[in-house]
This record gives sequence, structure tokens and C-alpha cells, in this order.
Amino acid sequence: MISESVVDLSRFQFAMTAMYHFLFVPLTLGLAFILAIMETTYVISGKEIYKDMTKFWGKLFGINFALGVTTGLTMEFQFGTNWAYYSHYVGDIFGAPLAIEGLMAFFLESTFIGLFFFGWDRLTKVQHLGVTWLVALGSNMSALWILVANGWMQNPVGAAFNFETMRMELVDFGALIFNPVAQVKFVHTVSAGYVTGAIFVLAISSYYLLKKRDLPFARRSFAIAAIFGLASTLSVILLGDESGYELGDVQKTKLAAIEAEWDTHPTPAPFTLFGVPNHEEMRTDYAVKIPYALGLIATRSTTKEVTGLKDLMQQHEVRIRNGMLAYADLEKLRAGDRSPALLASFEKNQKDLGYGLLLKKYAPNVVDASEQNIKAAVQDTVPNVTALFFSFRAMVASGFLMLLLFILATWAVAKRNAENKPWLLKYALFALPLPWIAAQTGWYVAEGGRQPWSIGEILPTHLSTSSLSTGDVWGSILALAAFYTALLIIEMYLMIKFARLGPSSLHTGKYHFEKQEPKAAVNGEALS
Amino acid sequence: MIEYELLKIIWWVLVGVLLIGFALTDGFDMGSMALMPFVGKTDSERRAAINTIAPHWDGNQVWFITAGGALFAAWPMVYSVAFSGMYWALLLVLFALFLRPVGFDYRSKLDNTKWRNSWDWGLCIGGAVPALVFGVAFGNLFLGLPFGLDDTLRSEYTGSFFALLNPFALVCGVVSLSMLCAHGGAWLMLRTDEALKQRSAKATQIMAIVFLICFLVIGAWLYFGQVPGYSYAVAIDPNAALNPLAKEVITNGNPGWMNNYSTYPITKVAPVIAILGAIIAIFASSKAKAGLSFTGTSLMIVGAILTAGFALFPFLLPSSINPNSSLTMWDAVSSHLTLGVMTVAACIFVPLILIYTSWSYYKMWGVITNKHIESNSHSLY
Repeated sequence: MISESVVDLSRFQFAMTAMYHFLFVPLTLGLAFILAIMETTYVISGKEIYKDMTKFWGKLFGINFALGVTTGLTMEFQFGTNWAYYSHYVGDIFGAPLAIEGLMAFFLESTFIGLFFFGWDRLTKVQHLGVTWLVALGSNMSALWILVANGWMQNPVGAAFNFETMRMELVDFGALIFNPVAQVKFVHTVSAGYVTGAIFVLAISSYYLLKKRDLPFARRSFAIAAIFGLASTLSVILLGDESGYELGDVQKTKLAAIEAEWDTHPTPAPFTLFGVPNHEEMRTDYAVKIPYALGLIATRSTTKEVTGLKDLMQQHEVRIRNGMLAYADLEKLRAGDRSPALLASFEKNQKDLGYGLLLKKYAPNVVDASEQNIKAAVQDTVPNVTALFFSFRAMVASGFLMLLLFILATWAVAKRNAENKPWLLKYALFALPLPWIAAQTGWYVAEGGRQPWSIGEILPTHLSTSSLSTGDVWGSILALAAFYTALLIIEMYLMIKFARLGPSSLHTGKYHFEKQEPKAAVNGEALS
Repeated sequence: MIEYELLKIIWWVLVGVLLIGFALTDGFDMGSMALMPFVGKTDSERRAAINTIAPHWDGNQVWFITAGGALFAAWPMVYSVAFSGMYWALLLVLFALFLRPVGFDYRSKLDNTKWRNSWDWGLCIGGAVPALVFGVAFGNLFLGLPFGLDDTLRSEYTGSFFALLNPFALVCGVVSLSMLCAHGGAWLMLRTDEALKQRSAKATQIMAIVFLICFLVIGAWLYFGQVPGYSYAVAIDPNAALNPLAKEVITNGNPGWMNNYSTYPITKVAPVIAILGAIIAIFASSKAKAGLSFTGTSLMIVGAILTAGFALFPFLLPSSINPNSSLTMWDAVSSHLTLGVMTVAACIFVPLILIYTSWSYYKMWGVITNKHIESNSHSLY
């Protein structure tokens, strides 16, 4: 049996490396599109300043991209190193989108990124523009396949258990890629990436406007970021992935946990704006509620119910008991019995096999679990309500703060008076961390809310790890944390240095620090 | 759909193609960076070396990442057993590879000798360590890995990182390191000039000689040494969906890993290609013929990888402690449907990848001179 601490440590390592990775990914997704828009404007208008914009923001893009690639390497191999049983059990389905991501998207993005940086003198204007768009397309398709894989963890469609090979196997590839949960997650995630890119450009352009430097450059960057950001934020909020919460038990439980919805309310359910979830007593203290809102947001209807946690736990208990039957059947099948009655019985019960496996933590043989064990397993089916409740609200609050910023910024762009509103520019500058807060809390909601499952309804997290020692996992956590943090510090140092320097870092001779007294120019010269 | 048996063979070939693609492309990235601090004496020379691969290293690295993904999709058991078992070896490779994206992009962003020197050594480690570890890992496959599968197919690995560093595997590591260094040296001959090119030619020659010696040593070791091969005790139905535990494997004594070469004499062409490639590289580099050297080192790589693959076939991960747990390309594979879907994806995308990758090399081709580096100090790495 795997020790609990290896499971916890492996979870911690995965969360840490994934969250580090996702510091860089959303900016890549968003900036790639902004670069493509800027360069398109350059090719259509022929104005050099748009080329300089593409190159300068491209420089910052490159600094960020390098760490995205570095931290991404870990992600491709970590399922094998630390989640070996998971890899065996669902690799038949889960591996395919990862491999296709490599073939279809990652090659495209990575091959053309080289031409983006080094092809300016080797390619025609239109060829280079095409290259930039292909980078943006590649990074977005990459996100698509990763979210197909992730969506399957939340709502595992198109697969069935094969007792001969002791694993899940693909039965319907179409169902896997058109998984509705994957589709909404994709739209939500890439839009969030666009918002990140927009805030990044908006905040740094605001800094130049506040400093009254390189105004034509900053003004244009500000305008593109404001408009692109407004459209993207609306898309994130309106196409938020709430609509994926009706599908599959894990998503339903996650929704109820996010809302601290202990009881099933008459439709349409109220939305808890704020409160303090009390997991022990299964109620929410100090709740401030908005009538009808949750029912409307979550089900997009006035008649569908949002099932509460207490009712969900009752359903889970039934499935756990049924899962014990499925497990008993499986044992007989594996012992060689192939009687038609047994096969039929397994066929009927196997959808609950995963629920039976939840008991493995308490009763290794599953079939002899006590009532107490069953109760404990039922308790496990509810994720950490308090953490989900507050993470979700942090994400939504960040989202609305950004929406407000983009509305004001777009308004200022229309009125052409952004640079006369220092408060707006400061708002934009200090909004810089918001998209990252939203993304990190959002991923916590998605993945923390999936617990106790690694694959919803199919494979419990506590069975998914590799047979490693705690020492091994501790070692890798410490090494990864140290290495990543060192690289992040270096990245931040360069990012801040070049963001402060601005377009002068292009050495075209046209920008702020190059037009000033020789001393500043010498400082600038030290950078390339 | 195509028969399951045939799909299994196709995927054995395709994983081989990805590995060879990785070694041919990322191989010269790793090799040239492993050599860079030694063949590049001045900052301009080192930058010239780096800028020969600047537009391509990222695309090339995707061969490695996609090989990982393809392993996951086509041979999930191999992906899980190999990487969780050889945990620290894989992490070592990853940590070394971490240094590359940041090394390339950040090195020339500051004009500070200490900063640049540090990154140069980082890039050197990022090239040399993975090249060495890949060889060591392959070497250990011939010896068998200490893992077993329980009846739920959970793998239990009893070895340690240091146990991987045995003499046989270390020589295999030198084979792989010298092979990729020779390839990287030949690449630098193609794309640079003057002193840097001359030093690269010298390095290519030395590395190809080391490769040739170690490759022959490994061949002799497998033939005369005490390295037993593995084989099926009872023939299996290759068309069936198989559980890896549903087979009987025996170790068939010395020189068991050579059996395929006598059963299918055509496979002998692989080691011949590797040896021929090494000889071509040694002579061409002494005459400073860049194109021919590169052809030679490319043949070395193709030949060496095929040599290992043919010898092990159909085994992927032999188990030293419980031979029946060994994974083969017949029983560690994905389902029929998954292999079918992946085959369609590969048929569409691999040709496309080859086309646009070739286009990117075509557009960026040319010799990178010191003068070019010095006059473009802000737009190049």
C-alpha cells in the first residue's frame, strides 16, 4: 500500500510545478495574440512604430516564454515519474491528447517562435506575419489538447474499464475531444490567457504614460491592450466554465462545494455572495445571499436544481456500496471465472468500480469494508469546501476588478485622454497581479475541487502515485522548488529591467533613453 | 481498421522515428552546446555557436517532448515504469534541460562576462548531461531493470540511481555522449567559419573516434561478456490485447541479445551503418569537409539507435528481478483504438512537421561569422 505521505507529497509537487508553469503559460497565450495584432497593424499600415511594438513586446514575450518551456518539460514527464499507476490506468486515453498536442501544436509553436525572433531580415513582411500568427495558433491549440486531457479527468467520457489489462481504455475518441467540459474549459482558459496578456501590456504601457516616456509607443500599446482586454474579459466571464458544472458527478460536487451549498434548495437556488463555510456542521455561517442567482448562473434555467452536498453524499454512499459489488466481481473475473452471469453483473456495476476503490484507503480488500469505513469514504467524496469557497470568490473578484479596469481604459481610449488620468494609469499598473491571482485560484478550484479523484468517478488520487519513497519525493520537491525559484528570480530581474528600459532596448535610436544625454545611452548600451 | 499486430509494429517503428528525429535534431543542439565552451574561445565565437541553433533549438526539443507524449499514448506501461523507476535519472535530465531555454534566451541579454560564462557552462551541462544519461539508461535496458509488477499491474522498482551507473551502462553513456558531440561538432563545421570551424572539426574527429571505439567495445561486451538476453518461453498471440503478466520470459544466456541478428541477417545493416558513419566522420572532419562529416555523424546516430532497437526487439523494458514482468512492444501497448487514432494523427502531422521544419532551416541557413555576430549584437542571442 502506498503511504499517505507519498500521496500528499506527490500532490504537493504536482500542484507546485503546475502552478509555476501556469505563471508563464497565460502570458504566452495572450501576448502571442497581441503580438499578432500589432504586427498585422504594421503590415497593413506600414508604420514602423507597430513593428517596434511587435519587437519590444516580443522581447518580453521571449523572457517569459523561456521559463514556460522550462517548466513545461516537467509537466510532460511528471505523470510517469510521480503518477505511475495513474499513467498505467488511464494512459490509453490520457496519453493521446498529450501526444497529439506535441505533434499538432507544440511543434508548430516552437518551430515558428525561432523564426519570429530571428527571421525579421530573412522573411518577407507577410511571411513573418504568417509566422507570428502560427505561433499564436500553435500556443492556443496546445491549450486545447491539454484541456481535452484535463477535461477528461473531470468528466471521463468515451472510455471503459478492461479487466484483462486492468486499465481504462478508449472506446470513443470523438467523445473524448468533444467532451463539453473540455470545450468550456478551453474557452475559459485561453480567454483568461488573453486577459493576462492584455493586463501585462496595459500595466507596463501605463507606467510609460505615467513617466511621460515614449508616448506614441505607449499610447498605441495601451489602446490595443484595452480593447483586446475588454473583449477577452467579457468572454472569460460570460463563457466562464460554470456551464460545465452540470456534467458528471465530480463537477456537480465541485459546484456544490464552491457555493458551500449543503442542502438542495428549491429552484432557482440563491447565490452565497459571502459567508464562512462550516464543514463540520455542514452549514455556512454569516451567509449573505442573492436570491435566484446561483440557479441562473449554474444551470442557465429557473427549473433545474443545484444538488446540495448532503444529497450528493447520499448518492455517493449508494455508489460506494455498489462499487464493492463491482470490486468483488472483478476479483472473480481476475481469478479466471468467465461465467455469463458474472460478466453481466460486472457490466452492470462497473460504472461504480471507482467508488469501490475509494475504500482501498481504509480496507485494502474493499469487499470486507466496515460500515465505519464506508462512512469515512463518503466523507472523503466532499472536497475542501472552505478553500474552494474562498478561492472561487478571489478569482471572481479579480475578474470583475479587471473588467472594470478594461471598461474604464477602453472609454479613455475612445476619449483619447488616458494619459491625463493618472488614477486610471495607477489602477492599471497595480492591477498587474490580478490575472495571475485569478488563474492560480481558478486552477485550485478546478483541481482541488476534483478531489478525492485523480480521474473523476474512476480512479482515486490515493491510488494514483508511483511506488516511491517519501525521501525521493521530498528530494525532488526541494530540488524543484529551489531551481524554479532561482530561475523565477532571474526572470523577474530581466523582465523588470527590460520593462523599465522600454522600447529603447531595441536600439533603433528613436526612443527615450537613446535621445537623452550620453550617460543614459551608455547604460542602455550595456543591454541588448 | 489496421490489424492490432501491425499497429503494434507501426508504433515500435514510430517511437523509433521520434527517437531518431530527436537525436538527429536536438542531438546537434546538445552536442554543439556540450562542445561550445571548449571550441569557442571568445565571446563572439561562443555567440556564433549559440546562434547557429538559436532559431531551431526549441523546435528540436519538441522531438523529445513528443517522444515523451508518444510513449505515454502508445506504451503507457513503459512511460510509467521507466520514468518512476529511473526517477532520479530522469529528473537529472530534466534539470539539465531546464538550463537550456533560459540559457539561450538570457545569456546575451546582459553584457557581463561572469553572467555569460555561467550560462555557457549551463548550456554545456544542458547538452552533455542528457546525452550521457540517455546512453546510460539504454545501457541498463540490456542488463534489465530491477522492477516487478504486482497483480494490479502496479510497478515496484527496487534499484537506485547509483546502481544505474555500472561499467557497461557508463560505456553506453560514453557512446551516446560522443555520438551527439560528434554530431554537434559537425553541425558547427557546417555553420561557422575560421578558428571556430577548425576547432569544431578537431572535436568532431576525436568524438567520432571515441564513439567508434566504445561502440565496438559494447558490441564485443554483448557478444563475449556475461550479458544474457531475454526471450519468450512460449510464443504469444501478437494480435491479442495482452496483460504483461500473461507471458513467460526466459533469460537465454550469452550472447542472447545477438539472436535477432542471426535470425534476421538484414538487421546487421544497422551496426554497419553506425561504423561506416563513424569512419566517414573521422576522415571528412580531418579534411574539414563539413557536409560529409555531418552525413557521417547522422549515419552514426541512425545506425546506433537501430542497432540497440533491433537487438532488444520485441523487448522494451526487460526486468532483471522478475523476467515475466518485462515489458514488450506486444504487451505494454495501448488499446487497438488508441493506436489507430494515434497512427492517423502521426500520418497527418509528421509529414507536415518535416515540411515546415525544413522550411525554417532553409530560411535561416548560412554561415554565422564573428562579424555578423558583432554587427547584430542586439537582435541575436
